[in-house]
Amino acid sequence: MIVERPRDLRIKKVFAHGFLIVFLAFIMFPFLMVISISFREGNFTIGDILPRNPTLEHWYLAFGLDYVRPDGTVIEPPYPVMLWMWNSIKLGLMAGFGVLVISTVSAYAFSRIKFRGRAALLDGLFIIQMFPTTLALIALYAIFDSLGEVSPFLGIDSHLSVVMVYWSGVVLHIWTLKGYFDGIDTALDKAAAIDGATPWQTFRLVFLPLAVPMMAVIFVLVFIGAINDYPVASVLLRSEDNLTLAVGSRLYLNEFKYLWGDFAAAAILSGVPITIVFLIAQKYLVSGLGDGAVKG
Amino acid sequence: MSAPADAIPQTEQPQYLRLAIVALVTLGLLYAAFHLYLIAQPLFAVALLTVGVLFGLIYSRQKYYNARFIFPGVAAVMLFVALPIGYTIWIGFTNYSSFNLLTFERAKSVLMSRGSVDKSTEQAFAVADLGDGRFQIWLPDSSLLSGPVTLSGDIEEAEVEPATEPPALLAAKDAIKLRSGLQALTLHTPDGIALQNSGLRTFASLMPDYREIEGGRLERIADGVVLTPDHTQGFYFADHGEKIAPGWHVNIGWDNFDRIFNNAGIREPMIGIFIWTVVFATASVALTFTVGLALGVVLQWEHLRGKAIYRILLILPYAVPSFISILVFRGLFNQNFGEINLILEALFGVRPEWFTDANLARTMILIVNTWLGYPYMMLLAMGFLQGVPQDHKKAAALEGASASRVFFKITLPQILPPFMPLLIASFAFNFNNMVLVLLLTRGLPDIVGTTVPAGQTDILASFTYRIAFGFSSTEFGLAGAITLLIFVLVSVISYVNFVAMRRGTQKRNAR
Repeated sequence: MIVERPRDLRIKKVFAHGFLIVFLAFIMFPFLMVISISFREGNFTIGDILPRNPTLEHWYLAFGLDYVRPDGTVIEPPYPVMLWMWNSIKLGLMAGFGVLVISTVSAYAFSRIKFRGRAALLDGLFIIQMFPTTLALIALYAIFDSLGEVSPFLGIDSHLSVVMVYWSGVVLHIWTLKGYFDGIDTALDKAAAIDGATPWQTFRLVFLPLAVPMMAVIFVLVFIGAINDYPVASVLLRSEDNLTLAVGSRLYLNEFKYLWGDFAAAAILSGVPITIVFLIAQKYLVSGLGDGAVKG
Repeated sequence: MSAPADAIPQTEQPQYLRLAIVALVTLGLLYAAFHLYLIAQPLFAVALLTVGVLFGLIYSRQKYYNARFIFPGVAAVMLFVALPIGYTIWIGFTNYSSFNLLTFERAKSVLMSRGSVDKSTEQAFAVADLGDGRFQIWLPDSSLLSGPVTLSGDIEEAEVEPATEPPALLAAKDAIKLRSGLQALTLHTPDGIALQNSGLRTFASLMPDYREIEGGRLERIADGVVLTPDHTQGFYFADHGEKIAPGWHVNIGWDNFDRIFNNAGIREPMIGIFIWTVVFATASVALTFTVGLALGVVLQWEHLRGKAIYRILLILPYAVPSFISILVFRGLFNQNFGEINLILEALFGVRPEWFTDANLARTMILIVNTWLGYPYMMLLAMGFLQGVPQDHKKAAALEGASASRVFFKITLPQILPPFMPLLIASFAFNFNNMVLVLLLTRGLPDIVGTTVPAGQTDILASFTYRIAFGFSSTEFGLAGAITLLIFVLVSVISYVNFVAMRRGTQKRNAR
């Protein structure tokens, strides 16, 4: 390590770069293929890595526009991709804001307000949350089926129902935020209390502004989690116009209606924005993951 | 940093506004609870009633000020995590399925509302147009004419009286256009018989098929057959033993578990699926950990240049939404026009059947899952590797230890303890990783000779999903019972994880 001969070092470097480049070639293969496929003609044609007659047909359809082929036939978009994307983003934003409200308020209480059974309640919530929601889908279906009789807004095929399920996944975030609040000096809330602030005012005017960076991390995590969710949305959403991207995209690769090229364009269109959000946020996300791990 | 004291407003919030909002929300919740009770969902009604009452108390009375902060979180977890878990377990002890879908009250009212046309009262009709958007119904056979009706589609009733044939009768095809209005119309004859639209050209009285007799039984009016409700099976049974649909769901005790353990058509595939679930989760963790750690070690090497660009590119599979990557792989692996088979055929002349051969399908799932999961492990490994003191490695190198010996004797033992809880968490995640299975293979290829749909690549979670929401099967009860078994397994894993985390913390603290 400290004493290395230059020749050995050079060989090692070549090996390291070689390994990484070969590995990356395998990793990047699907991305490159999808880009190529999105410009190919038709949905079945087997083509070269570089499409021979590149066409924008699939891209027109992904954006929800009709495409006129050179021979005059008009191709209509098979699925409302932009609408699905909007649904996904809407659900993600609603889930993110809802979880933020619930988790910041709860975390503040668990960190600062003394009440009986506080530790037991937190442990209880933690144990409950160990059972993944995706395993209780049958019950969720039954619950929203019944609630739909009260109001269709709370029933099957309503976005609000799905969002409410996402809201219930708050315990981990309460835990993270509680750890963050625990680290804030108690002199701060004492000062606020002396100035006559109620606990709510202390929370809103002192703690909330301090927690903004952490809240941003949680928001992105919930947002991405909601957009990636398949099981809950696939059970609770029914009509084509209400689907999210995750549920809707699956329709493209149906055995009976196989739209490989259309899917490729739609996948890139919908995947790029989410990927960019993730790459911007990942530096903070990773440190958050590490924190959670170390705190235990 | 100090709190800006003068920024804290001292004004009291308007009490009446807050109380009005609280009262409104509480009333809404109580109304919903009452409605749920009316449609025979007492469990959900009680849950909402509890939430409503607690909400009203906590937000209206100063005494419960502290509880206001935790109520939303606790309520959300209780309603949408705890209640569904409890309800799923309860469903496991019922025969809730597409055959026994309703509650008893619903099933009964479905039967009671069934009716058949009384042929003796059936007669032709015609519609007379009064010209001002109103119509009259003319029954030529009995020379009866109704009062004016709008036929707008809303439920209407009208008396019919003896009269002479009105002028301006509509042609039959114009009358058919008013069908939705006609179907909502009930005519009352002077004899007290109610007539309804019974066909395109006829009105007749509808006779209910069943009437209730003593002991909760129903009698079929046409032939006097008596239906007895059987609350152990959730069906009405006729005298001669015929089952009358629709059924309702009833508690059937341990029957579902009995089926799981004693019915070979369920037990055999389930054992196979359980083994595959464990293999899948273990192999996924092992593969992602190995690949991630190897990349982490290479990327941590001080002489490597271009780390930043490698890092970003290597993270990409983690950054792309997983449902998109999984579907992309589904297309790439396609046997007939997938690009992977295209390349394999060009290079080696083989065309593996990724979706129809069980072992190849499983290999494919593991390949895809490794691709999806290694960046997470790599990021964690890079973090933990930074924590290993350089002195230890240098000391070992000075003693003449080879690089691999340093890694296995010094580095790995130091990063493994903190890694352990995360590996177990990853195992638990993959144990229930149904998104991957549902989007990539849907569990296919199917195992032959099973009584419920079961696939070679199904894991327990996707297996229950298919039993409950599959195309051919909606056996909620059976799925609930299997879910309870999964809950037990998840509890064990969670406990192990908990212990591992405690140990990890202790070790760190001891250092």
